[in-house]
Amino acid sequence: MRIRKRTVALTLYLVLLLLPVYWMLNMSLRFNADILGTFRLFPSEFTLANYVKIFTDPAWYSGYVNSIIYVSMNTAISLLVALPAAYAFSRYRFIGDKHMFFWLLTNRMAPPAVFLLPFFQLYSTFGLIDTHIAVAISHCLFNVPLAVWILEGFMSGVPREIDETAYIDGYSFPRFFLTVFIPLIRAGVGATAFFCFMFSWVELLLARTLTTTEAKPIAATMTRTVSATGLDWGLLAAAGILTIVPGALVIWFVRNYMAKGFALGRV
Amino acid sequence: MTVRLENVTRRVGAETLIDDVSLELTSEALNVLIGPTLAGKTSLIRLLAGLDRPTSGRVYADGVEVTGVSVRRRDVAVVYQQFINYPNFTVYENIASPLRMARLPAREIDAKVRSTAEMMRISDLLDRLPAELSGGQQQRTAIARALAKEARLLLMDEPLVNLDYKLREGLRGEIQDLFRRSDTVVVYATTEPLEALMLGGRVAVLHQGRLLQFGPTAEVFHRPASLVSAQNFSDPPMNVIAGRIVAGSCVLASDIRFPAAPHMAKAGDGEFQFGVRANHLSIDRLSTDDAVMPAVVQLAEVSGSETFLHVAHNGTTCVVQEGGVRPLRIGEKVDVFVDPGRLFVFDAAGTLVAAPPRDASEQKQERRHG
Repeated sequence: MRIRKRTVALTLYLVLLLLPVYWMLNMSLRFNADILGTFRLFPSEFTLANYVKIFTDPAWYSGYVNSIIYVSMNTAISLLVALPAAYAFSRYRFIGDKHMFFWLLTNRMAPPAVFLLPFFQLYSTFGLIDTHIAVAISHCLFNVPLAVWILEGFMSGVPREIDETAYIDGYSFPRFFLTVFIPLIRAGVGATAFFCFMFSWVELLLARTLTTTEAKPIAATMTRTVSATGLDWGLLAAAGILTIVPGALVIWFVRNYMAKGFALGRV
Repeated sequence: MTVRLENVTRRVGAETLIDDVSLELTSEALNVLIGPTLAGKTSLIRLLAGLDRPTSGRVYADGVEVTGVSVRRRDVAVVYQQFINYPNFTVYENIASPLRMARLPAREIDAKVRSTAEMMRISDLLDRLPAELSGGQQQRTAIARALAKEARLLLMDEPLVNLDYKLREGLRGEIQDLFRRSDTVVVYATTEPLEALMLGGRVAVLHQGRLLQFGPTAEVFHRPASLVSAQNFSDPPMNVIAGRIVAGSCVLASDIRFPAAPHMAKAGDGEFQFGVRANHLSIDRLSTDDAVMPAVVQLAEVSGSETFLHVAHNGTTCVVQEGGVRPLRIGEKVDVFVDPGRLFVFDAAGTLVAAPPRDASEQKQERRHG
């Protein structure tokens, strides 16, 4: 009896959770007139026109391409910078190490909007506005601290004696780091990559401000559907569904590391 | 091969881990470091390996100073107390790792890995990952890696302490056989006096970062330089009874009077601390010369074939090691017999003044077991 109660509660929770997603999927497969006309749980006239438009119109699909480019760049940069930093925080004692570690985290506490104006001015000066690298670097503001924080947790879980054994065996530092150490914390690297991807993918403010046309992210493109004739509901819903897909794919690949990742390796 | 420490001190913050240790280790005999936890065994091993740098003092290998030389450039292998292997490498790759780093030809690596694995009896596990092994097998892998490297300095930091009793016995025997042959300086740290005695060779007694005594194991055991050294190197720790020698007679714990044994003659008259090992106390009279100490049983620990009796006499507590199971109740009165010929005499500062003659204690052993 207790099991049934639990099942009911969980099912209800899941339905509530998935309802908006389902509704968006439902909308994306209908015509605008149909959406605005009647309340329906299923499309009366099934259509893929909205998806076809997104996949054929360069103005639309380039938004996805741009987003994926700067998100990948950001994930790569964040990991490359954070791996050595996290190693230093986890293995060495130096003056101010704890303060510095905390300072990194405080970067996450300030809203990105605070940095918007200086970033815009700075990137203009260097002529980086409307490039993928501009967005990728600006997102490091919150992704690098997070990556350092997560990786440090995973690295501290590896006994220091393994490092020492490697040095005794004659490994050079780069070789030890790449062939012994990183494989040991691959779960952490996976989890970190996921978090970097996720935060960079959903960030809109910096991405929109630092780009105009060439590197415009999908989220900015979506605001275009507001026109004189009103909102293109179906198209917007289809774009929304497609925005969820990459995140869902990444989650699928790192699902086994997620729990440990959320605990920042400290389990 | 010799390794020499010269006035080596290591401090971390306000703590002194190693305090002015000078020591020369050779490949002639197995070198055992003994001392309780926090004695500085691991710190000393790390200094010998070059993992840590001494705060002051020098380290020499074969007469050449290697004080600041990186561990990568030293010919050294270490086995840790924890089972340390590369978790993402198979057992084979773990053992091969130092050989690959030394850029040996593949065929030679293969031969060495297989022969070492054979020796450590892990030949059938070469394809497994360390996580798929038992603790004993993991430690065997770690030892195999250290052996395969054939370093001239092999450091083992309580390698058997996390293993079960049976495995320990087996591995200890194997280790002893292994090190008889090569020109390797082997340093073996342990907390257990029994293990040190079984391994033989030379023993260095450490206490709170200081080296108390270094010499052949049997000699250190039979002639401990000080009370602390004696207590660290006997299990259970040596019993200490305050007393004095006055005109050829000895008084223990203020009221046990008996004629002084011949070896006490060189101590002269005065106040002393008398040390006696637990296995030299008995609740049976073994000789007419035995002194009697009436005592009260405080605790009787039965460990299979032996009984450890904790007894008290006028505020002095002693541990008596008796063969067999002795069912004595707590609070029961019992007479403890001690042979004056087996008493160590230390002065008030704890320095050895007189030690019982070696043959006496050996005779006693025979009498007990015979």
